Amino acid sequence: MKYEALVIGVSAGGLNALNVILPALPRDFPAPILIVQHVKPDSDDYLSRSLDAKCKVRVKEADEKEALLPGVVYIAPPNYHLLVEEDRTVSLTIDERVCYARPSVDVLFESAANVYYEQLVGLILTGANSDGSNGLRRVKELGGVALVQNPGTAESSMMPDSALKKVAVDRMVDLPKVASVLLELFGCVGKYGI
Amino acid sequence: MRKGEIEKIEVDLLIEAIRKRYGYDFSNYARASVRRRIQKRLDDSGIKTISALQHEVLYDESAFNALLLDMSINVTEMFRDPSFFKALRTTVLPELGKKKVIRIWHAGCATGEEVYSMAIMLKELGLYDRARIYATDLNEVVLKRAKQGIFSADRMRNYTTNYQKAGGTGSFADYYLAKDGLVMMNKDLKKNMIFSDHNLVTDKSFGRMDLVICRNVLIYFNKQLQDSVIGLFADSLLDDGILCLGSKESLRFNKYGDSFSDLVKEEKIFRKKTGGTAG
Repeated sequence: MKYEALVIGVSAGGLNALNVILPALPRDFPAPILIVQHVKPDSDDYLSRSLDAKCKVRVKEADEKEALLPGVVYIAPPNYHLLVEEDRTVSLTIDERVCYARPSVDVLFESAANVYYEQLVGLILTGANSDGSNGLRRVKELGGVALVQNPGTAESSMMPDSALKKVAVDRMVDLPKVASVLLELFGCVGKYGI
Repeated sequence: MRKGEIEKIEVDLLIEAIRKRYGYDFSNYARASVRRRIQKRLDDSGIKTISALQHEVLYDESAFNALLLDMSINVTEMFRDPSFFKALRTTVLPELGKKKVIRIWHAGCATGEEVYSMAIMLKELGLYDRARIYATDLNEVVLKRAKQGIFSADRMRNYTTNYQKAGGTGSFADYYLAKDGLVMMNKDLKKNMIFSDHNLVTDKSFGRMDLVICRNVLIYFNKQLQDSVIGLFADSLLDDGILCLGSKESLRFNKYGDSFSDLVKEEKIFRKKTGGTAG
């Protein structure tokens, strides 16, 4: 299976978790990566700038109607939902919060599942919220791969716990191993599939 | 065929049904969010499939009205993005204040929070009496609410902070009366407001404006519709007229982007170039 995109949902503890995972990915990572990290509505773009400085992949805040490219990490801007459109561009909305969150993981995951079907990998990381569980279920329902960080390795276990409760996930992964699982899934080590 | 693909067909058919039956055209709205809104209607109504919803919408106008309310963008707040309103106050409005009449169009005003924010600023700058504020939306239900100017009191604390950050010089509480968990905006703010329904997709240009404000509406449209709406704004603005978009909206890849120049770049405030019309 060749996967076309990776979506990541993360909340409390996310800065550390993303700093473990993203710098381990190669510049030519073969798919776009879309991330919803819960942040305060008036946050600036510190997250994407600081990650970009440390990563080989390019990390940026997602722009409205931007075309998705492999090897680029798109972070949802504060106070906007991030969605994937049929033509592989992103759209942003100011719709109601979902699970108290805007951006919401559910919104990203559901829209990405509707576009990529079984060629999508969804990953839920640390967080003190249940956002993302419904989205991950949709990913799974449409044939995609559902990954969850082992709650025992999460700064905040609620988000991965909630996902594990609601979704028959494909794999539960310890934080230090997440990057290598992604490299394997996306064929960066010459193998395909789990 | 995969389940998601069948749903996609259902969405297309529902949009077509709405267009033929009611004349509202959502075909060039950004599809991912349309799909979410339809899903919300299914969840709220207990209707199982989009096809079943289509049947309801075709035969029952009230089912359509409920869907229309879900389809329109009704999330707004007073002085949303205070730095934008501050730029309006310090840069845009003093310039417009040199004119005899200031014509302002809030396109896609939803429940009107930004319209009242504008009125308050105009008052504080002593420009209100010369201003005509046209506020339009495609949805008559939200337009009625905008006209009433009644908002939930629990938002007022946040709005007061926004107002202060936006450079408000008075006391925000002087602009409304609070009662039973609601606030009613002062009548004198409404004097020069004109509310009317206008659909950016199907209706024509809206007079010769000095200032058009349309924030966080274009993000809901696809590129083609964004082009035509910016063209509509170019046609609706006087030369040197000013266009304000939402903080994530841009003219960079727009067909009519060349008709405008940056006025306050970081706040997405643009000026129409002389002769810059869509034609």
